[in-house]
Amino acid sequence: MMRFIRSAFVIARRDFAATVLSKTFLFFLLGPLFPLLLGGAFGSIGARVASRTERPVVAVVMPSNSTARIAAARERLAGAIGQDALVTLVYYAPQRDLAAQQKRLLASGGPPIRAVLTGSLGNPHLAGDIGADDPTARQIDLILRDAVTPSLPAPPLHVSPADASSGSLAKDRALTGQIGQVALFFLTLMLSTMVLSQLIEEKSNKIIEVIAAAIPIDAMFVGKLFAMLAASVLGLVVWIGGGAFLIQLISRGGVQTLAVPAIGWPGFLALAVLYFGMNYLLLGAVFMTIGAQASTAREVQTMSMPVTFGQVLIFGFASTAIGSPDTPEALAAAIFPLSSPMVMLARAAEQPGWWPHVAALAWQALWVTLILRLGARLFRKTVLKSGPRTRGWWRRKAAV
Amino acid sequence: MLRQAQHQGIAVEATDLVKEFGETRAVDGVSLAVPAGSIYGLLGPNGAGKTTILRILLGIIDPSSGTRRVLGHERPLEAAREVGYLPEERGLYPAMTAREAIAFVGALRGLPLREGRQRADVLLKQHNLSDWARKPIRNLSKGMAQTVQLLGTMVHKPRLIVLDEPFAGLDAINQGRLEDLIRSEAREGATIIFSTHVIAHAERLCERIAIIAKGKVAFEGRVDEARGRLRPIVRLRTRADDGPWRSAIPQSARREGDEWVFELPEGGPEPLLKALIDGGAGIETLAIERPGLHDAFVAIAGNSAAAEMTTAEPVE
Repeated sequence: MMRFIRSAFVIARRDFAATVLSKTFLFFLLGPLFPLLLGGAFGSIGARVASRTERPVVAVVMPSNSTARIAAARERLAGAIGQDALVTLVYYAPQRDLAAQQKRLLASGGPPIRAVLTGSLGNPHLAGDIGADDPTARQIDLILRDAVTPSLPAPPLHVSPADASSGSLAKDRALTGQIGQVALFFLTLMLSTMVLSQLIEEKSNKIIEVIAAAIPIDAMFVGKLFAMLAASVLGLVVWIGGGAFLIQLISRGGVQTLAVPAIGWPGFLALAVLYFGMNYLLLGAVFMTIGAQASTAREVQTMSMPVTFGQVLIFGFASTAIGSPDTPEALAAAIFPLSSPMVMLARAAEQPGWWPHVAALAWQALWVTLILRLGARLFRKTVLKSGPRTRGWWRRKAAV
Repeated sequence: MLRQAQHQGIAVEATDLVKEFGETRAVDGVSLAVPAGSIYGLLGPNGAGKTTILRILLGIIDPSSGTRRVLGHERPLEAAREVGYLPEERGLYPAMTAREAIAFVGALRGLPLREGRQRADVLLKQHNLSDWARKPIRNLSKGMAQTVQLLGTMVHKPRLIVLDEPFAGLDAINQGRLEDLIRSEAREGATIIFSTHVIAHAERLCERIAIIAKGKVAFEGRVDEARGRLRPIVRLRTRADDGPWRSAIPQSARREGDEWVFELPEGGPEPLLKALIDGGAGIETLAIERPGLHDAFVAIAGNSAAAEMTTAEPVE
């Protein structure tokens, strides 16, 4: 066993040094910045486009005393449901030829007016590309009702803020779990293509023969996987540090705005590291097994798309557990080895108790071992062409 | 019998090794025994199965059937720390320095990295490569890189050194140096197995050889035993074209220019000489040549296999 570990260590040390000391590792460290920058840029553009195109605009063509009451009513409503959720109103003084004004406004491009409200508060009329049941029409109806109803004195509503209610806490913890799951997914997604190409260097340099003659293939697989894990943990430390700093800078409450996980922050973070390791080792072992079959970088590129889709599917399966960790689907996702780490991390955010995590980690470790052994065996069989010749059952039958 | 031989100083033995790749039988019932401390050659044309045999012996691949024992271990990887291997297709990490590459190969075989680096420095100095010790492999010439890999094969002072076509790609000077290195390792007690398709190297270096043809061992034994399978060749030039002396030479004798060439008859040179003199041959010259390994190879493996062999490695 010691010899196996030592052999794996020799490979891991070489791979780690070759990865971390290369110039390209800087790009790896900067990797998360690109999707963040792109996401930020496209997100803000998208948000602007959405706010321009999706919020309906209604022109109010009424006498000034009416428009003032309508505007006040709208502001009251906006205070309750938010500006962004409410129809935008633009106000115009009525002209002599009201029909022509209405026609002109509906054809106007700036702002793009969807409907025109005319008449008076007592007899309003809404015209435009709109039905009676349209949410815009309903909002206008609410605004008009508020505008015509005299303000009634109402008893003041006393609000006592509490730290969390059971409803809000469950929701917030689910959000914490979801954030953890998404982070885990993206981290392993980035690493998958790197793992796929792990053996290409040895195969193209022909050094694989020297290694295969000196140490067990399993030890090489383990060494390579742990070297990548160590490199990615190094990256993770940089990313988490940078990310927390950024969140602290841009968010009002920083990381403290997230709900405290059911298992507590220290436990959650410790489990996050462990589940990241397990998630990486499980998916990495599968991808290394697949990638070991490839002989060229082109073959690896061809493989990377289905592999990414596979990861997205697993992520989708794992996300069914968010908010409902005890449903049969969630339990199935927790048992399925490849989705188990993500599911269990979300569970740590939502449910207290350590034993399920101890059992899950042992279960995942067992699968890492199984997959690695299978991968090494497959590599020896298909790449090194080793082992006794096995006949398919159809051939055996034919031979009989 | 081979198992018994293990206790009498056999470093490597194989019994009825078979390896099939799909429908192709690359190794077909190979049995051999390599005495400890000897230089042993696997001789055969390209595609004969030499590399596959070596890969099986080293545990890189498992045989379809048959057994092997390396330095007393039935699982070759258990003996890996005492084995050095230079594969036919040379390979090193291009970004690694020469010194690190040697130490890395040693580390794979259990040599501590620090000690590996120290030994690498000594070995590189001995081979006039000190100036290149801290240069990446990609900056080295092909011959230098090959030497570095060879030094990596030997850095952990293995008891068994396996070299697959070690002379391929080396110039004449480096071929000579490699032969010296092999002899020196053998003198220090290492067992050397190397494969080659160049008969001259095997003839100069090996005590024992296995001639491999079409995945089978056509011959296994000492080099002089292989030669001994052929009768000595007689080259005879006479003054008389014909006469009673003609009955003294075999009917299979052939003419090469003005010489008769034939195998020495069973009785040996004296009766032949007497019959020629008595028969009035008028001997001008009579030479008895010991057959070379090439002749033995032709006799054992056949002309077609011999045609694929070379008597000397083409130098770069």
